Parts: sequence; C-alpha cells; structure tokens
Amino acid sequence: MAEESLITEEMRKAVGSLVNIAVTEIESGAIKRFCKATEDANPLWQDEEYARKTSYGGTIVPSGYLITMQMEGESPGFYMPYQLSLKGAIDAGGEWEFFRPVRPGDVIVVDRKFVDIYQKKGSLGNMLFNEFETTYRNQRGEIVAKGRWTSIRVEAPEVEDYEGVKIERGEIKR
Amino acid sequence: MSSKQLAYEDIEVGMEIPPLVKDTSPRMSAEWAGASGDYDPIHYDREYAKKRRFPDAVVNGRLKATWLMQLMTNWIGDEGILKKLGCRHRGVDIIGETVTCKGVVSKKYAENGEHLVECEIWAENPRGEKTAPGRATVLLPSRD
Repeated sequence: MAEESLITEEMRKAVGSLVNIAVTEIESGAIKRFCKATEDANPLWQDEEYARKTSYGGTIVPSGYLITMQMEGESPGFYMPYQLSLKGAIDAGGEWEFFRPVRPGDVIVVDRKFVDIYQKKGSLGNMLFNEFETTYRNQRGEIVAKGRWTSIRVEAPEVEDYEGVKIERGEIKR
Repeated sequence: MSSKQLAYEDIEVGMEIPPLVKDTSPRMSAEWAGASGDYDPIHYDREYAKKRRFPDAVVNGRLKATWLMQLMTNWIGDEGILKKLGCRHRGVDIIGETVTCKGVVSKKYAENGEHLVECEIWAENPRGEKTAPGRATVLLPSRD
C-alpha cells in the first residue's frame, strides 16, 4: 500500500529558497559560555596573550561555535519555511567546511537555504527529512564556512502537554 | 615549529587520535542550551523525552558534533587547521552516561601544496555503539 505523502505543495515550492539570514556579532562572553559548556580549554579560543604568539596573532573562534548559529530548536532567527504538521525536530547530522578563521568582534552573516525534503517511516513514526545549506560570511563578505545539514521533523506532543505546567488565574499548577 | 606540534610526517594511516571523554550531566545539558540557544526539552526533560519516544533525556547532537571538532583541534594543535567535519546521528546518548569521541587516520595526501589528513571519527556510548559516526579532514604543517 502506498504511504500517505506528508509533503505538501507548499513544502515542495519552498525547496531551493533562501529561508532566512541571521547576523551574529562574535562576542567574547558568548565564546566563554560556549567553551565552558563544551569543556574546551584550548587557549587559542580564549587566552589572548597565548594566542598572540601563534601564527593567528590573537584568539580565534572555535569552529563548533559557528554551527550553533542557525540551528533548530529555539535559536533566534530560525524558522521553518512551511506550515508545520510535525512539531518535533531531531538533528540528523551534517557536514561543515571551514575556510577562514573567525575572530572576536567579527560580524558573521549566515544565510540558510532550504534545499531538499523527503519522507521516511522509522522508529519515531513518520519522519520528514529537511535539508539545509548554510553559508557563513564575515563583515568583509568573505566566505568563512559552509554547512549542509539535515533536520528531521517528527510527531510530538503539543507544548502544553509536555511542559507539565499550566498557568491558570495566575497560579502555577502541576 | 614547536616540538609538541603534530606534523604531517608524524602521521600513519591507521593511527589513533587520543580520545576525548565527556561525562555528561543535566548541568552540561543546561549549559549547552544556554550557549547554543537550543532549548528543546528532549535534552533535559526526561518525561517529555519519553513522550517523544526517546528512552530518556538525550545529549544534543550538535554538542556531539562540537566535541568531535574539539577531538580534532586538540589533536592537530595550533598549526593544524580543521578543514572539514561531518557526522550523522545514528543513536542516542543518555544524559548521565559517558560519551567518548574517537578517531583513526584513514588517508594522508598532499594536494596543491597542502598536507592533508582524513580521519574516520565517531562518538561512542558506554555500550560501544557509534552514535555519531563521521569524517574529518585536517591540514597539518610539514617539516620538509
């Protein structure tokens, strides 16, 4: 029996479109939090005195920080290019290429293109695979990195069901 | 070149990259959510994660990709350059378990004057399952 297609005309039309552009100024506090969260003590990312003596002549930004820009979840600037029938997002992975170092104070412009959509059935039920391409440019317009990654959309409970907390008449009820 | 700096000449196919071990915790999940902006509750709310058909709260995939980058940058030193890295998320790592990132050299070659090394890399859970297999390409300095 043929599987019901979850791919709408709207989704098909969105393929190939530039979905959105996000601008991020590289701020040292964000890098500090990133390094702490990832337990990355590499002095090249944060120790200016150390980094000055390397061929970079100063601290550079860890590559991993770039891939937090324009990721799904609650990231600022992220939205899906079509009406969502499946509410849950799962990261299926991706591939990134790095061309130039990024430094604190750089302004990185990331554009995200929606490049493909396909459907599969798996252990999590109906899955819609969304592929994106991201291009990262600095304030001089130089391409510093590129990425291609896949986000899977799956069925998920509504927000009010999962948070386990309802606010009624100013009271918090569990 | 510093004596500690890894060079292209040090590399042999089959060579192992020193593993990167991460003991995951709810606090780590919270810190990653704050640092990355991804607050999906599957990474910190066990009940919600179960409703989403996960066995428990699970480690964020981008965090694992970031650790794989860290595995490489720790190894290649200040004069090595991470050129490319990719991974697919094939399995889940439960918050509270240890995630170990590993890698092995699969190829070395010189191209357009650059000395490049390709590696098979992965994140592994305590059951030995490769939950995030991938590949990376790095540039290393040459002593020649």
